[in-house]
Amino acid sequence: MWKWLHPYAKAERAYQLCNTLMPYFAVITVVCLTVGWVWGLAYAPADYQQKDSYRIIFIHVPSAILSMGAYSSMAIAAIIALVWQIRNAELAVISIAPVGAAMTAIALITGAAWGKPMWGAWWVWDARLTSELILLFLYLGVLSLYHAFEDKKSAGRAACILAVVGVINLPIIHFSVEWWNTLHQGATITKFDTSAIDSSMLWPLLINIIAFAGFVGVVTLIRLKNEILQCERHRPWVRELVGRGE
Amino acid sequence: MRITNLLEIKSVTCTKQERCLFESLSFSLEAGQIMQIEGPNGAGKTSLLRIISGFARPDEGEIHFEGQPISDNYDEYAAQLLFIGHKTGVNGQLTAYENVCHWLRVHGCQVDERAYDLLSLLGLVGLEDVPVRTLSAGQQRRVALVRLWLNNAKLWILDEPFTALDKKGVRQLQIRFSEHLAQGGAILLTTHQDLTTHFAALKTLVLEYQL
Amino acid sequence: MAQHSYWQLFFSVYSKDVTLAFRQRSEIVNPLLFFLIVITLFPLAIGPEPALLKRMAPGIIWVAALLSTMLGLDKLFRDDYNDGSLEQLIASPYPLSLSVLAKVFAHWTITGLPMVLMAPMFALLMNLESQALGATVLTLLIGTPLLSFIGAIGAALTVGLQKGGILMSLLVLPLYIPVLIFATSAIDTSSMSLAYGGQLAILGAMLAVASVCAPIAISSALKVSVS
Repeated sequence: MWKWLHPYAKAERAYQLCNTLMPYFAVITVVCLTVGWVWGLAYAPADYQQKDSYRIIFIHVPSAILSMGAYSSMAIAAIIALVWQIRNAELAVISIAPVGAAMTAIALITGAAWGKPMWGAWWVWDARLTSELILLFLYLGVLSLYHAFEDKKSAGRAACILAVVGVINLPIIHFSVEWWNTLHQGATITKFDTSAIDSSMLWPLLINIIAFAGFVGVVTLIRLKNEILQCERHRPWVRELVGRGE
Repeated sequence: MRITNLLEIKSVTCTKQERCLFESLSFSLEAGQIMQIEGPNGAGKTSLLRIISGFARPDEGEIHFEGQPISDNYDEYAAQLLFIGHKTGVNGQLTAYENVCHWLRVHGCQVDERAYDLLSLLGLVGLEDVPVRTLSAGQQRRVALVRLWLNNAKLWILDEPFTALDKKGVRQLQIRFSEHLAQGGAILLTTHQDLTTHFAALKTLVLEYQL
Repeated sequence: MAQHSYWQLFFSVYSKDVTLAFRQRSEIVNPLLFFLIVITLFPLAIGPEPALLKRMAPGIIWVAALLSTMLGLDKLFRDDYNDGSLEQLIASPYPLSLSVLAKVFAHWTITGLPMVLMAPMFALLMNLESQALGATVLTLLIGTPLLSFIGAIGAALTVGLQKGGILMSLLVLPLYIPVLIFATSAIDTSSMSLAYGGQLAILGAMLAVASVCAPIAISSALKVSVS
């Protein structure tokens, strides 16, 4: 692990890695997003019960999945940063956090928009919606803690500790909220069974998930590149880079 | 036997808020040596002391104590370290005696009768059982400085130890420094006082204010 | 290092905080008063019908408990940070997590324990059935140390900041949710005369995990704050 990670502890190597990875992610995003949205929004058959309003699934589900995926990757980066004391991993945590928070917000907003025609209310205290909301709080906690520190080195480490604490708590929170929901289930909620989804809808959904993953990757990489440059801007290699106008 | 360096600072760099305080700073301290760090305000004296004490991490470089990097076994290093900073760690609500006892217990020393004697030696007779916040600045500092007489740490790191002390206090402290050096200890301190008359073997490190 | 000196450290850190709290009694009394006032506000806001209050009592008691533990948390490390005692604790030959454990335990003695003792009275104010009294006390007994542990992580992260108080509540309150859910559900279940051992067991398990993991997180957070 260490041997594999070690070269990327150097900021310059990490920056180069970002540059190499970015085109792949960008291509995946553009291709999958175009295919997925056109297929999902225009060609996939309408649901026999929900008609066309179900199509928000092609945004809602991918963003919800990615909101959790982003949190786990953030936590992994945070653990790496704390254990091996790699500054670039701290920067990665900071780069992922706003992207993940945005994904969570998208999932919540689309969820509410979907809930209005389906459940007749903008907000229902459904287990998944509630844990998604708490996830948003955790993201915002990491972000506001980072921005509260003046010294960005301490800020990065503090944010990492909070991210790790959060990821330990997340399963407990999720489990407790699910359990709470089954106890207090007031209104019957029509739940989606993902396995029962027809393949004509499943395929565009999967493509959209990949597209969203690619999108999160691209945005994170762009942010990470900026963070590295910001952090290392007094180093010769950055000056050289800026001098070349790249 | 070769005299080994007690403390070794290996090309330590520290930047704070965009400003480089010092870059690739290296020096060493042997047993029995005292070093004074000088420099204008904001030159990074306190930051350097905090890095050497292990509270802050340097951007680059390492600190070695008795040949070991301090981050390897910090608790063992801490047993040999006595740090008194600007903030002395004296609680204003507690009395002088309680403060000393608490400090001793936290640092694994036995609490005995010496604490009272030393408080009176340092001119705090009759003030042992008064909350420290009612004492004057110099008296409060003495409550912190009692630690110098009470422990057997090899390395003393003192940030402006003479602040607020009167002439007698300064002299007592200097005598205590000499005793510690004679016992094979080492001292690293910042002060604006002139110590050359008292310590012939004084090492000095001058930090410049860098832009 | 001899075993008794670990105990000596723990006891010294613990007794310092408790002594200080007893010298300034407001530290003990204020959270309790706050607890009482929050509870008083609810009947005034939602109406005095006994059935409604009974239904809401577990939630109200626990939300009030969450908020009143937050009061003491900001002070938990702040004084030690300001006067430099925290640096002295770090530069002691003992692991920082042990001192931290003592401090958290002291915080619980100052804010949590009085709440546990006063809980039956608060429960009566809310018309809770007598069979639910035991559950209220037990959940508070297991739950409040948990609140102290989790809250101390937030306090340690924000102690170096000028306006850490509000930020700390933002960080800590979402992490309190599982405690709130299981504790209130235990009281609910008990008022229906059902067995609530399961919820208590989960709370206990969380407390066991927290008492091992939280001191590590707290001490690394303190080191970040001090640097």
